[in-house]
Amino acid sequence: MAETICRTLRDGGLDGEHAPALVIKDSVASPFGLDVFSHVLTQLSNYILAGKSQSRGLVVVAFRRSPSFYVNLLKERGIDVNHKWVRILDCYTDPFGWKERLNVKEHSQEASTLSSFCKDVRDLDKLYSSIVELGKGLIGQEKGRFSVAIDLVSEMLRHASISSVANLISNLRSHDQVSSIFWLLHSDLHEVRVSTVLEYLSSMVASLEPINATTIGQKGDLENLSLLEQNFRKGKFHVRFKRRNGRVRVMCEELHVELSGINFTSVSSEDGIINQRLLPKVQFSLQLSEKEQTERAKVVLPFEHQGNGKPIQIYDGRRSISENKNEETLVSTGKLQTDEDTGKGEIIYFRDSDDEMPDSDEDPDDDLDI
Amino acid sequence: MNDNQSLNLLDRALGLDQQSRTWPLSGRVVLIEDCVETTASFVLHHLIKRSLSPNSSNVIVFVAFANPFSHYDRVLRKLGCNLVTQRDNNRFFFFDMLMLQCPGEKFRFSIVLFCYIKIVSRPDGDEGKSEVGLVSLYEKIRKTISLLPEDKKSHVTVMIDDISLMEVAANGASDYVLDFLHYCHALTSEFGCSLVTLNHEDIYSNTETPTFILQMEYLADILIKAEPLATGLAADVHGQLTVLNKATSHALGSSRNKVHNFHFKVKENSVEYFYPGSRG
Repeated sequence: MAETICRTLRDGGLDGEHAPALVIKDSVASPFGLDVFSHVLTQLSNYILAGKSQSRGLVVVAFRRSPSFYVNLLKERGIDVNHKWVRILDCYTDPFGWKERLNVKEHSQEASTLSSFCKDVRDLDKLYSSIVELGKGLIGQEKGRFSVAIDLVSEMLRHASISSVANLISNLRSHDQVSSIFWLLHSDLHEVRVSTVLEYLSSMVASLEPINATTIGQKGDLENLSLLEQNFRKGKFHVRFKRRNGRVRVMCEELHVELSGINFTSVSSEDGIINQRLLPKVQFSLQLSEKEQTERAKVVLPFEHQGNGKPIQIYDGRRSISENKNEETLVSTGKLQTDEDTGKGEIIYFRDSDDEMPDSDEDPDDDLDI
Repeated sequence: MNDNQSLNLLDRALGLDQQSRTWPLSGRVVLIEDCVETTASFVLHHLIKRSLSPNSSNVIVFVAFANPFSHYDRVLRKLGCNLVTQRDNNRFFFFDMLMLQCPGEKFRFSIVLFCYIKIVSRPDGDEGKSEVGLVSLYEKIRKTISLLPEDKKSHVTVMIDDISLMEVAANGASDYVLDFLHYCHALTSEFGCSLVTLNHEDIYSNTETPTFILQMEYLADILIKAEPLATGLAADVHGQLTVLNKATSHALGSSRNKVHNFHFKVKENSVEYFYPGSRG
């Protein structure tokens, strides 16, 4: 499923349509947003370098981590980092122009050849034009497209209103040269309204949820602690895909955090394993084979109607006279019937006279004066 | 005494038992959260002592909003660490920010000057009057680090005691405190130094979304929480510490995201750490 996300971002958008957009939402209870972001970033970089994707380059807008973090990340995963396909807009080193005001000289780092500074992140119009400029610089004069990755929209929202941030993202999405866009959001830092607005702007929503609903804030016992530890090793990964025709598909996976990165496993297989484990290990078989199951389905239970089309008659011992007449005709043809279904028992009963009252609960001796 | 033997549960939870040439906390952000029933300043004292131990070459830049130098000096002396000597040896830099508590009085002139510059440079500069205080504090910290010899720059620990008082000093402008913390975070990736901050969790507990403390938790690589025992007061146990160590990929060999939990007892000259149920 994480693969599906990356493939959708790789395939990009059609002419005259919005670029596919992904929002990655996490919360402090399951803070793996940056890991998922890095995963998507690496996958997309691989596609771009292999020439498989619609986009020819990638612009990373770095708010939360330094440009060198991203350069190292891509290098560690064996990706050749050069200025031909990746540019970093550095909103991390000096986002408010403090360093510039203090005349601090920047150290020249390897990442600095790829990155350009943004000295005031509060000015979103300038931010937009810098992103587009960097992207255009990547693809040059050719007709091509580029992808945009914003590592923390929450940081933007600290200084700008939701409407201006939404405007920036929506402008990027509808730009003809943007192939795909994805961004990270810490959803618990904002009102529900804010994350909903950003979800409307995206075609895919990946949200991370903790496996167990506990928080570190709970004054907990040791059991709680182990649940907490579990939450920091794995999480639930829900993805909502919105198709062009309006169809929405929700999928769920489990995410495992490891030293080398993150892994995704499908939940159903995990459940199967758990179910198998729940059965006790015994020497005899507790489960039925297929043949046994079909045979069991054929067995007619005693309380079930036999269903051979005939009206079901249950003798109650007090039939009326008219019914009796029918019964007599039945008796006359009785021989035939008994031939038809041999083996079936039948009670034949004739009333001696009309004087004989049907069985009743009345006491037959109650008129006696004893 | 063998150094390894003196390592306690807190050291192990922080990964200080790793045998590496670099300081294990280098490039990382530590957030200590306490509450009014259980103060966690002893964790801060412990980290000062560990950083200034004779067999390490760490340098501490200490930004004090809570207490004057003499307080820390007295506490650390009991723990066996002389801050005056360390200060003279340029291993302990102390910034007394108690005076910053009234920036309205002290920095009035500079604010006027600053606002003037701000208005000239950017017409929309109508927010935050205390930024000048935090910007100049950042400048001081940065200058201190950049004046150190090259080999010591990655062994710097910036400690802030405590953030809630910094917020007070900033006249409640928590966004400016977050800006300041962001710049401190940038120092950790620029120089490889570490950042240790203390904050009180319960003062944010009433707000519906405790955004500020959550922002700090997102920034932190290691979160240390001091809480009273869930079962109430006890004579032999003063509280419990929960250490969440979000190891980043560069910390090889250690498993990611470990949670440690243990009890502590604060004594006159030391603090005892032990697993729940192993004592008392």
